[in-house]
Amino acid sequence: MSENYTALYEQHKKAGASFTDFGGWQMPLKYESELAEHHAVRKTAGLFDLSHMGEVWVTGPDAAAFLDYALVGKLSAVAVGKAKYSLICNADGGIIDDLISYRRPTPEEGVDKYLVIPNAGNAKVVAAELLERAAGFDVVVEDSSAETSLIAVQGPNAEAILLTLVPAEQHALVTELKYYAAVEVSVNGQDLLLARTGYTGEDGFEIYVPNIDAAGLWEALLEVGEGHGLIPAGLAARDSLRLEAGMPLYGNELSRHVNAYAAGLGPVVSLAKESNFIGRDALTAIKAAGVGSTLGQKLVGLKGAGRRAARAHYSVLKDGSLIGEVTSGQPSPTLGYPIALAYVDVEHSEPGTIVDVDLRGKAEPFEVVGLPFYKRVK
Amino acid sequence: MSKVVAGLKYSAEHEWVAVDGDGPVGIGISAVAADALGDIVYVDLPEVGSTVTAGETCGEVESTKSVSDLYSPVTGEVTEINDAVVSDPALINNEPYGAGWLFKVATTEEGPLMSAEEYAATNGGEL
Repeated sequence: MSENYTALYEQHKKAGASFTDFGGWQMPLKYESELAEHHAVRKTAGLFDLSHMGEVWVTGPDAAAFLDYALVGKLSAVAVGKAKYSLICNADGGIIDDLISYRRPTPEEGVDKYLVIPNAGNAKVVAAELLERAAGFDVVVEDSSAETSLIAVQGPNAEAILLTLVPAEQHALVTELKYYAAVEVSVNGQDLLLARTGYTGEDGFEIYVPNIDAAGLWEALLEVGEGHGLIPAGLAARDSLRLEAGMPLYGNELSRHVNAYAAGLGPVVSLAKESNFIGRDALTAIKAAGVGSTLGQKLVGLKGAGRRAARAHYSVLKDGSLIGEVTSGQPSPTLGYPIALAYVDVEHSEPGTIVDVDLRGKAEPFEVVGLPFYKRVK
Repeated sequence: MSKVVAGLKYSAEHEWVAVDGDGPVGIGISAVAADALGDIVYVDLPEVGSTVTAGETCGEVESTKSVSDLYSPVTGEVTEINDAVVSDPALINNEPYGAGWLFKVATTEEGPLMSAEEYAATNGGEL
């Protein structure tokens, strides 16, 4: 796999980051301490480089109808300025990727515009898949991943930090911006797309910026954020934060071999929408069969009774028999006990059920618990 | 670059050994290992009075990101463990060669060990 570097690579190097490959990208794993970065996002704020994520624009008279066909959700029902979490699935219901789509305003009557955000490792596949599915629709699919950087400010102080770079007359646009919505505002003197979204379980923003301007924005945010406890945070903290928030990670919880109902994402699938969509027949049958409720396996949260953590691919046991597999797991920095996500047979998926996880040869008890593990107090 | 302390001996599995006259040797993990693991949140040490064998696992060190077996660099009886690191495993990250030591062994035999210079050269450490 080729090695890609974001426009902020030099900033990360200067800050002493250690790097890891993620989806073909050399990304900062951590700067100094991933625990300190995790706690900063929960208590003050963290700054993330998410430029490895893809950006695919879908524009045209048929854009809404096209996304209703290409994705499992009803994207035509999303209001301009709002966003929706959805899945792109195969005809067999397997998940190609999970993604967020933003509906954007257009100057032209009758033309719709969406920004679709696939995961790093799936960006090219999703762009190609959308292009292929676009046959017969009056839309233009444009992959701008290579030119676009994405910077996230996450944590309780995110709004205050961002406001220092936004002119006073636009402050209300930021303070009144709802979760899962986006707006064009002037940030650091430049009109940029600002979304109130994230993958941490905290309040926060994601800012789309052309590569050429990314370093300037990154440094400006770090400078104004210093007094607000903002520190750069790497993928290690991002992973522990999303796990506490009970959010799935493509490649761990989601894959082409998993369907939405087993993954607990049934509500994301709109079987009620009138138009056809790829995966509809398979997903209708999967739901009717009771997968994820009375049949097969289901994604659950596990809470460790001891101090040793379950890790991805560890076996889940009940009375010594294999009933599932851990997909993500680690000690929770915020909660202080081990947490994990696992697929287990539905008959053992009720919260309160005690199961064992094989921790390198020793079975340790874990309790099935509801998700998320951590929810911020608003 | 991670620090390597002169005067200690090192195993290929990243444990350091501090020889102090004829008494039990002190054992810990190197800064190279601690830095690679990330923030350590749990450590499982051998029991006092148990026998450890050079090159064999005798415990584990767990960080937020991963878990690693602890290999004893020497053979002998465990005479003391560092209770402070059990209750505060971050000591291993902060002072891997000092307050973050792990256990002491009355050694009967050493496993293959390297000098600080050899260890630093082969593991990208800084003396």
